[in-house]
Amino acid sequence: MSSLAENESRGRSSSHLGYGFLPTPFRLCGTLALTFLGLLLVTFLIGRVVPIDPVLAVVGDRAPANVYERVRIEMGLDRPLYEQFFIYLKKAVTGDFGTSVLTANLVIDDIKRVFPATLELATLGTVFGTVLGVPLGVLAAVRQGRFVDQAVRVIGLLGYSAPIFWLGLMALLVFYAHLGWTAGPGRLDIAYDYIVTPVTGMILVDSLMQGEWDVFANAFSHAALPAILLGYFSLAYISRMTRSFMLNELSQEYIVTARVKGLSEFRIIWGHALRNAAVPLVTVIALSYANLLEGSVLTETVFAWPGLGQYITNSLQNADMNAVLGGTIVIGAVFVGLNLFSDLLYRLLDPRV
Amino acid sequence: MKRFLASLAAAAVLASGVPALAETPKDTLVQAWTIDDIISLDPAEVFEFTAAEIAGNSYDRVIGYDVNDVSKIHGVVAESWTVSPDGKTLSFKVRDGIKFVSGNPLTAEDVVFSLQRAVILDKSPAFILTQFGFSKDNVADKIRQTGPMTFDYEMDQPYATTFALYCLTATIASVVDKKEVMAHEKDGDLGYNWLKTNYAGSGPFAIKDWRANEVVVLDRNDNYWGAKPPLKRAIYRHIAEPATQRLLLEKGDIDIARKLEPEEIKAVAKNPDIKIMKGVKGSIYYLGLSQKNPNLAKPEVREALKYLVDYQTIADTIMDGRVIVHQAFLPRGFLGALEETPYKLDVAKAKELLAKAGLADGFSVTMDTRNTAEITGMAQAIQQTFALAGIKLEIIPGDGKQTLTKYRARNHDIYIGRWGPDYQDPHTNADTFARNPDNADDAKSKPLAWRNAWDIPEMTKKADAAVLELDAEKRAQMYIDIQKEHQATSPFVIMFQEIEVAAMRKNVNDFVLGPSFDDNKFTAVSK
Repeated sequence: MSSLAENESRGRSSSHLGYGFLPTPFRLCGTLALTFLGLLLVTFLIGRVVPIDPVLAVVGDRAPANVYERVRIEMGLDRPLYEQFFIYLKKAVTGDFGTSVLTANLVIDDIKRVFPATLELATLGTVFGTVLGVPLGVLAAVRQGRFVDQAVRVIGLLGYSAPIFWLGLMALLVFYAHLGWTAGPGRLDIAYDYIVTPVTGMILVDSLMQGEWDVFANAFSHAALPAILLGYFSLAYISRMTRSFMLNELSQEYIVTARVKGLSEFRIIWGHALRNAAVPLVTVIALSYANLLEGSVLTETVFAWPGLGQYITNSLQNADMNAVLGGTIVIGAVFVGLNLFSDLLYRLLDPRV
Repeated sequence: MKRFLASLAAAAVLASGVPALAETPKDTLVQAWTIDDIISLDPAEVFEFTAAEIAGNSYDRVIGYDVNDVSKIHGVVAESWTVSPDGKTLSFKVRDGIKFVSGNPLTAEDVVFSLQRAVILDKSPAFILTQFGFSKDNVADKIRQTGPMTFDYEMDQPYATTFALYCLTATIASVVDKKEVMAHEKDGDLGYNWLKTNYAGSGPFAIKDWRANEVVVLDRNDNYWGAKPPLKRAIYRHIAEPATQRLLLEKGDIDIARKLEPEEIKAVAKNPDIKIMKGVKGSIYYLGLSQKNPNLAKPEVREALKYLVDYQTIADTIMDGRVIVHQAFLPRGFLGALEETPYKLDVAKAKELLAKAGLADGFSVTMDTRNTAEITGMAQAIQQTFALAGIKLEIIPGDGKQTLTKYRARNHDIYIGRWGPDYQDPHTNADTFARNPDNADDAKSKPLAWRNAWDIPEMTKKADAAVLELDAEKRAQMYIDIQKEHQATSPFVIMFQEIEVAAMRKNVNDFVLGPSFDDNKFTAVSK
């Protein structure tokens, strides 16, 4: 019995990062280092095989040959590939991610600026997707095959299949241009710019901390549409997964027992079944959050939201490798962090683990 | 659940209760544009469209010209100048009473420092100055201060004076505040790492903030010596999506939309609150035919292809008023511009020429095409007309940097490109379209003629002679002659000259779309 439990535990944890609960710090560090090394190596190689000359981003199309050659050497592009990677790695370990050639800023400063914008949107989106998606999924499972279930399915299907670009423009057209319910693209109206001092970089949080309610309301009005749109995609995913986890739970014997004991249907569904379905749901929500934190380049483009997605895409298109690698580390860290977090939550929700 | 719905409704009310402002503030101009091309704000390095325009509104240059008549040159920071008898040295007197935004007075020391600095830093646009024989080693002697408000500019040859002066109208001839810049110098970088993201000028507006891919904010420079700008602030917002720009413009959240597609321009033109402004630019669209491709290297084929583009139809439909047909390398408005357009779609003539080249059945060829809507549209139209003469054109789409990388490495067959002059003198385009001093793969100089492997020692000599001609009329004629020959024989199918279009709210007055990208001015705008 005990050996079975051990096997189950190993089997489960291997689906995450390969470390068990309470991993030794060495094992954890080793796994993390390997993960990041692999991530950086692959990104670096992709960056070098794309048929774009990174020197062009610095000197433009008109630079004379001598300027071009000097910059190429300054950027270390005359050295062998492994040496370039090694130099980058050495610097990255000391926290120096270099300078972005496109923005002339330190990559770390750029990320400090663009990541909070994405974090703000992704958090709002995930909250929206979860708060609506979970109840909708539960309702769909409880009313399986009936109108509510079909309606939730259609909502989910739309969320999966409608191009976000089109949905974004339509949402802007209706809610911003025609109805005037929300503010337009961007993070703030210009009249509110420079009022709040950036601390976290998330305008909603900073304005709250500094008691600037007008700024908060304006920022919320700007964030509402893109966040709801991103949240809608989470909602589609979360509601479908909730439905399937709930259906699984509702067919278990303990539910029959609870019904026989005369428990109210409300308690059975929300207190017992959902409680158990919540365990795998945590991973689903965490992954969906991580996906949003990568930054959605299309949503960011339509809503002129200066986030991580646009930053990395623009950098990649210009072969600005310092910026791309910096962004990759952030995304890697987000995935690893959320995986760890969901792992911990897993154990909190399921005492058996 | 009820409580949850109630809080959702509250959030919706909160969001809807604070609608966007109906219009931008009266003293602020907000433009939507794509500003992701800015890589530096240092005028010694600025060479991109957006940054050049921003520098044009915030820095004073040594010389300027009338945007309505480019041939009229006037001093800006330079009040006057004289030319030495040997034609090699220009002696300038600096205007009194100019102050930088810092409050420091502008003197000849600042001008000399700025020009020397640009040569020493040797960034991409430095050739505009170094082509006069300046180098890191000699610039201290050649560009020298001769008094508190005077300096000499000694060139290695007696170049046409207008050529030298036009080069001093370029962004690289912007004057920076020596004291301010040197206060931020680190490791002998002449303040480069600081000025890349900061401002030290004396122009009508001062750059307050640049957040890459997000916004550039400029505030009125109250120390400005010329006519005070009516606006207090000017903002560029990075809005990459044209449809989003249109929504913002129609809603009044921006004053000017700078990057609308033809269909959006058509739509907003019907809006009574919006007006459309057009400005003829110096940029030209062309096809570059690589002479490494044996078919394209045949003179008859080069000529045939010039008869296989439906110029007027593309201008009227795909580009819809954003270009005019133009077939010579000097754009209209330049000294010596050739306005003749001898080529039009003539399939029979093209077939005859192809038959002469031994290619009566046509041939297959590829074209590297930047994947923007306008370039792709043009490429597809050209593909159709080429097919009429049996030429099978395969379009290879790619991102801008990707196609450019291939073009610069001379790995293309045909490249569809756009070229804008670096300054207002005819040499800027002659230098790249009609000069190729060395056609070897490892050549030092790699102009467009080199990229297309067009070996032209004779034409190179003619272009070199034109730049030294002091008589303006003779010089203009020399360029006309070069262009006529170029038009007939070159591997460049020059097609159009660009017209920049901006859509703006009706209340925006005195915005200028000048002939060059750094001449787009909002300094006199009022609302």
